[in-house]
Amino acid sequence: MSGGVDSATAAARAVDAGHEVTGVHLALSANPQSYRTGARGCCTIEDARDARRAADVIGIPFYVWDMAERFARDVVDDFVAEYAAGRTPNPCLRCNEKIKFEAVLDRAVALGFDAVCTGHYARVSDSGALQRAADPGKDQSYVLAVLTRDQISHALFPLGDTPKSEVREEARSRGLLVADKPDSHDVCFIADGDTRGFLSRKLGSAPGKIIAQDGEVLGSHEGAHGFTIGQRKGLHLDRPSPDGRPRYVLSIEPVSNTVTVGPAAALGVREITAIRPVWTGIEPPATPIECQVQLRAHGEVHPCTAAVADGNLEIRLAGEARGVAAGQAAVLYDGATVLGSATISATR
Amino acid sequence: MSTSPVVYLDHAATTPMLPEAIAAMTEELAQLGNPSSLHTAGRRARRVVEESREQIAGVFGSRASEVVFTSGGTEADNLAVKGLYWTRQAADPRRGRVLTTTVEHHAIFDSVRWLCEAHGARAEWLDVDSHGLVSADVLRDALSGDPASAAVASVMWANNEVGAVQPIAALAAVAHEFGVPFHTDAVQAAAQLPVDFAASGVDAMTVTAHKLGGPVGVGALILGKRLAPVPVLHGGGQERDIRSGTLDAPAIRAFAVAAVASAERRSLEAKRVAALRDDLIRQVLAAVPDAILNGPPPGPERLPGNAHFSFPGCEGDALLLLLDAKGIACSTGSACTAGVAEPSHVLLAMGADESRARGSLRFSLGHTSAQADVDALGAAIGEAVTRARRAAARSSARG
Ligand SMILES: Cc1ncc(COP(=O)(O)O)c(C=O)c1O
Repeated sequence: MSGGVDSATAAARAVDAGHEVTGVHLALSANPQSYRTGARGCCTIEDARDARRAADVIGIPFYVWDMAERFARDVVDDFVAEYAAGRTPNPCLRCNEKIKFEAVLDRAVALGFDAVCTGHYARVSDSGALQRAADPGKDQSYVLAVLTRDQISHALFPLGDTPKSEVREEARSRGLLVADKPDSHDVCFIADGDTRGFLSRKLGSAPGKIIAQDGEVLGSHEGAHGFTIGQRKGLHLDRPSPDGRPRYVLSIEPVSNTVTVGPAAALGVREITAIRPVWTGIEPPATPIECQVQLRAHGEVHPCTAAVADGNLEIRLAGEARGVAAGQAAVLYDGATVLGSATISATR
Repeated sequence: MSTSPVVYLDHAATTPMLPEAIAAMTEELAQLGNPSSLHTAGRRARRVVEESREQIAGVFGSRASEVVFTSGGTEADNLAVKGLYWTRQAADPRRGRVLTTTVEHHAIFDSVRWLCEAHGARAEWLDVDSHGLVSADVLRDALSGDPASAAVASVMWANNEVGAVQPIAALAAVAHEFGVPFHTDAVQAAAQLPVDFAASGVDAMTVTAHKLGGPVGVGALILGKRLAPVPVLHGGGQERDIRSGTLDAPAIRAFAVAAVASAERRSLEAKRVAALRDDLIRQVLAAVPDAILNGPPPGPERLPGNAHFSFPGCEGDALLLLLDAKGIACSTGSACTAGVAEPSHVLLAMGADESRARGSLRFSLGHTSAQADVDALGAAIGEAVTRARRAAARSSARG
């Protein structure tokens, strides 16, 4: 229970459904001081208190589990290392994979619990496949798509059928004080929301060049980790493009520490290689399949053909996608059903 | 829906109020009057407070005038350590040392640390042995080198986690050899042991109501007449100009009623509770043979209601969760920050390593404890330890 409205309502619904529910709040901050000072972030003392109050109102036991070490290693350090390698990670996805549905689930099962119940907006089909939530605006199946079949079989998402507005309404009528608490959005461990500042504190500055596709040097930067594929703002180039059109980050090369920029047209991607596929909606396909792919959280859905080759996932888009960043997940869907996911490693 | 625990093994955290204390407090809550007011209503309230003061003094072997009411143990500890430090420092700036043990309650521990950080005091942390006991010789060694630099000494009478009962009279005598005022936190001792202020020779002693059947939020610093600690709370000066704040007559009356009642029953209760505790230890060790009993062996050096174990290979908070789910209330005995358990500084000071310190639980018995409570724990602890071990093993396998 994060201290937000979704996990509180999910817990209440799980109780209604007849489960024996224990509330768990995760202490994720490596710096226990932030529990005292109440700094903004995912695990402040205020959120812990809100979660505890919600548990009180629902009438369930409540505990704080200290997962700070695991979180620092598996989520924060990984986040920094991914940026250092020129990729763009999604830490929420990683947290679901390694913390909520691994560290927490493992501990819970060992203690005698059957499942981890969260306030994620997603559904699980009768056959055990992950599916999109009923509320398309809130759907979180993308950030859960890394879960294995076994993890999904120990997951409970009681909010998957309900629009967010109804969840708030229900929380209010249940007397949960968090009913009107705003949703959290940013990366929880970067309290001020300044990802670039966070990364340069962690990685230091590493000046390098910004070049055009033909190799012409257009400017310099203080560290390639400050850039994301498709980024347009904040490039501070020395001279405008010949045609006066905006330029975008096309690629980030960590070894040479070079950022390549170019016109919007060059951002288009048709083919994607993604590594470490996890198949949860179907068996690993022996032959290419027609499906859809989503390439970032809340991103568009693209029709595609997907095939397994050399253990990797090879995706050919029917059209073109823009701003596809290595490190993000490529999640395959058949309509509402998640077929599988993999981590994007290369685009063409 | 969780209900209140059937099996309450956490009397050291707080013990149920005695029915006579509830009755006295309830009656007094309906009365009007500020004990400091001069009119009839005020005088009536003042009389309640003063009669209570006399009763409490009687129970703890002090004069009535030596009882300074506070909001509880924490405030009394703060007043004693900070106030006496400031007074002694003002009289002689060389007096910068505060002598205390490594196993104090946070009310003392953190006050001393704060004096060091904010006021340049120097802490002298007296070592304890593997049972959590400090010896008079350790205090003598710490004082004899440079007695002129000692401001105040404070050693708890009985430890809240492992129940170790310190040789308070001997320690106080050593402090007095060197002319140093001696405070003791008797919060835990006062509920279960005969605690006599005058006979012990201490200069200041902390007690609190809610550990002996009174309400939470009231306590006292019993303070020798010649001592005048600098106040922590300034205001109307109601208590000897040392402590300010309107006196809580209903709570004070209930405190007195509880103190008298618990003193009357104390020797019989101590025997009864110690026998239950011994059986609890026997049952736990039978179910979990490799559990380690922390603290002194049962006997005069251990609080009769205290049992404290380390369960190798377990996280204390996992055990607590599992026992709570079975309706058994106990404690990891450690400080919490937003609910995150820190390994107990008491166990670490006794020489336990971090994993042993984390894997520990305190069971504390009191006036409502019965054989059924002990049997319920005996029946549940084996399975809980098995599960907690499995959980710890899984996380270290991944980790
Ligand atoms: C040894 C000791 N000192 C001080 C206190 C604090 O007393 P109170 O809760 O009345 O502030 C406690 C109780 O938690 C205690 O066990």
